[in-house]
Amino acid sequence: MLNWWLPENVSTYGREIDWLFHLIYYITGATFILVFVTMLVFLVMYRDRPGRKARYTHGSTPLEIAWTVVPAVILVVLTVLSLPAWSKIKMTMPETDFVLHVTAKQFNWQVAYPGPDGKFGTADDKVFLDEMHVPVNKVVRVILKSQDVIHSFFVPQFRMKQDAVPGREIGQWFEATKPGKYELPCAELCGFGHSGMKGWIYVHTPADYAKWAADNLRAEASPAPTEPRADDKKVEKKAEPKKEGKAKK
Amino acid sequence: MSATSATAHAHVEHVGHHELGFVRTYIFSTDHKMIARQFLFLGLFMMIIGGLLALVVRWQLAWPETPVPGLAGILKETGGVLEPGQYNMAFTMHATIMIFFVIMPILAGAFGNFCIPLMIGARDMAFPFLNMLSFWVTGSSGLIMLSGFFVEGGHAAAGWTSYAPLSAVTAYTGVNWGQNLWCISLFVMGIGSMMGAINYITTIINMRAPGMKLFRMPLVIWSLFITAILLLLALPVLTSGVAMLLFDRTLGTSWFRPSGGGEPLLWQHLFWYFGHPEVYILILPAMGIASEILPVFSRKPIFGYHAMAFSMIAIAFLSWIVYGHHMFVSGMNPALGMAFTVTTMIIAVPSAIKTFNWLGTLWGGRIQFTVPMLNALAFVSMFVIGGLSGIFMASTPVDIYIQDTYFIVAHIHYVVFGGSIFGAFAAIYFWFPKMFGRMTNVVLGHLHFWPTFVFFNLTFFPMHIIGVGGQMRRIYNPLQYEFLQHQQHWNVIITIGALGLGIAQIPFVVNFFWSLFAGKKAPLNPWNATTLEWTAPSPPPHLNWGPTLPTVYRGPYEYSSPESREDFLPQTTPPVGAAGARRH
Repeated sequence: MLNWWLPENVSTYGREIDWLFHLIYYITGATFILVFVTMLVFLVMYRDRPGRKARYTHGSTPLEIAWTVVPAVILVVLTVLSLPAWSKIKMTMPETDFVLHVTAKQFNWQVAYPGPDGKFGTADDKVFLDEMHVPVNKVVRVILKSQDVIHSFFVPQFRMKQDAVPGREIGQWFEATKPGKYELPCAELCGFGHSGMKGWIYVHTPADYAKWAADNLRAEASPAPTEPRADDKKVEKKAEPKKEGKAKK
Repeated sequence: MSATSATAHAHVEHVGHHELGFVRTYIFSTDHKMIARQFLFLGLFMMIIGGLLALVVRWQLAWPETPVPGLAGILKETGGVLEPGQYNMAFTMHATIMIFFVIMPILAGAFGNFCIPLMIGARDMAFPFLNMLSFWVTGSSGLIMLSGFFVEGGHAAAGWTSYAPLSAVTAYTGVNWGQNLWCISLFVMGIGSMMGAINYITTIINMRAPGMKLFRMPLVIWSLFITAILLLLALPVLTSGVAMLLFDRTLGTSWFRPSGGGEPLLWQHLFWYFGHPEVYILILPAMGIASEILPVFSRKPIFGYHAMAFSMIAIAFLSWIVYGHHMFVSGMNPALGMAFTVTTMIIAVPSAIKTFNWLGTLWGGRIQFTVPMLNALAFVSMFVIGGLSGIFMASTPVDIYIQDTYFIVAHIHYVVFGGSIFGAFAAIYFWFPKMFGRMTNVVLGHLHFWPTFVFFNLTFFPMHIIGVGGQMRRIYNPLQYEFLQHQQHWNVIITIGALGLGIAQIPFVVNFFWSLFAGKKAPLNPWNATTLEWTAPSPPPHLNWGPTLPTVYRGPYEYSSPESREDFLPQTTPPVGAAGARRH
């Protein structure tokens, strides 16, 4: 039933998230039915009627133990099942040569490609506004930054979300499994233009991507320059990836 | 304890000689019952403002950028259409008002003040003057908060969580004094709540009537005791945090601004270190209220009294070490996220224990569907849904997807509306006869409860669905996103539910004020309950009891006991035969 509402998943780790989502859905759904049916049965059976006398009891230790241990075991199992997926998504970084820098600002995503020299921070960087092009079935590493407030990089179809925090560089990754055009909304309130702050991620077949790169990432193609705010010039300089270093392997 | 009651006794005779004037009786009163009523009126008044703000938000989400009925006079330039900045202000102030000026004043302020002395057998709070000060400080903070609507640039619009640096730099939102007043108001509110907390803790520890052992205290007193400890320890963190935020905004400090070497995540750590215990500050009193009302109307002792008390203590301890689950995708070290997953999963266990014990209380009872009972049952069932949806968030990988979506909005409303507000309604209907000396109208009570219950679910359940669909919270117009357009009909259904929920409160308002002046006079013990407040007159006079304080001989939930011919044994009934050593 969950699949009626979830957007289609098109990323590798999205499958694991969806599997956990379904598992918890079934466990909580069963608990919900159990508790509600019990409650309704009690409410009907034990409603006040003439001659009915309530049972005088202060509780039951075996029952207390049972309903402490059973939920605890279920929750431990859920924890154990959750941690590997978390570790894979957020704490490890698969090898890849495809790196993009995404700098959020009010109210755009600035997506930077290294340009012909293969290095970031040089004059030939290509920056696209609210637009990202990546090949399918390739691990893409995104270095997230923000030049003003906190934004959140959210791709519903990739099951991917990560806040972009000013003063930090946060490395994330995804691997899309299906070519297409996917929306990239900002998920953290970032000001009056928060709603509508969105970009598009174009996932291409390898051939299409090569064609797009040839047309747009060569030296003569002109990217859109962006103007940082006065308050944040220092931020850009100060940004150090030290916090994020621990998270990677 | 005997010394305390002796002084109180002397006090009774002393005050008997002169009447207090109008101002000392109704405005600057030091009587805990009057202060409780003042907190109740403050909370109910603010609830109207908070509720109307919610309806404005909902209108915008269902029918984006169309004129909001009734706002044409206020938003003259746009003819009643909400602009994005105003929308942000509306949801920010909805949450701020509901949490700090509705639920806290009603549950902790009003019922804390009313129940604690009456249910432990004390004549008043330990520090009556401090108690009065606590109300007036809280009331002033409410006025400061409301004044923010009238300053240039509008009120705070960075969300009730006010994440820095959005909230720390005026240029990012365009809000100047609104955000400053937000900080000042919460700073003042924090001081007021600290005064209340000290008072509650001192009173419960020192002023219990003879025989009122800790484990003979009603569970609502346990819940308020634990809440007061959380308030005492959590609110100062918020108070410091908003002071730092205000300094960043006005004095040029850089606690949270990276441009000056500050750290945006520091705000989140401070805010949620307060914010998670705060969630339990909002829900624990409601748990206590439900544990009070279920036995009365099941005519049965509470199931697992000790398990209930200890699970609340466990929740209070754990509430300090789960706060990081609000920050899984914030950029906090993901290894820390793992630790917070473990603690968050653990805190679900005491909540499960409580739920099963409530069910155990119903089992084999003689259940009477009175209006307070219906609201208490709604609390239990809605809290179950809110608790179960929390498990999705505890699982970090799932949280990556649902963080900042409507799934979270659904969850918090099942906990704080389905939980805290139904708890508050249950408490109002239950203690109204004692508080005001008059019964509420039963027909109006049902007319309030049933539509509220139905529309509540119509409003908040579909939020899970649009959250699973990916709709982000705090967006102005869902139609700006292609992936959300197919589920816009749910937003319309939710808004219709919310409008119904608003209308469903009219019978409550009518009932409240009609009963206040024209309700049937309440007897001493209208519900045949066992706890001490029902031995005092309705409403109790100043200092609560006549010359002698009640003496407690047994636990608080002796319903249908074989010892008694009636189906309840008040705590003050001496045991048959030898006095003293009995288990309960």
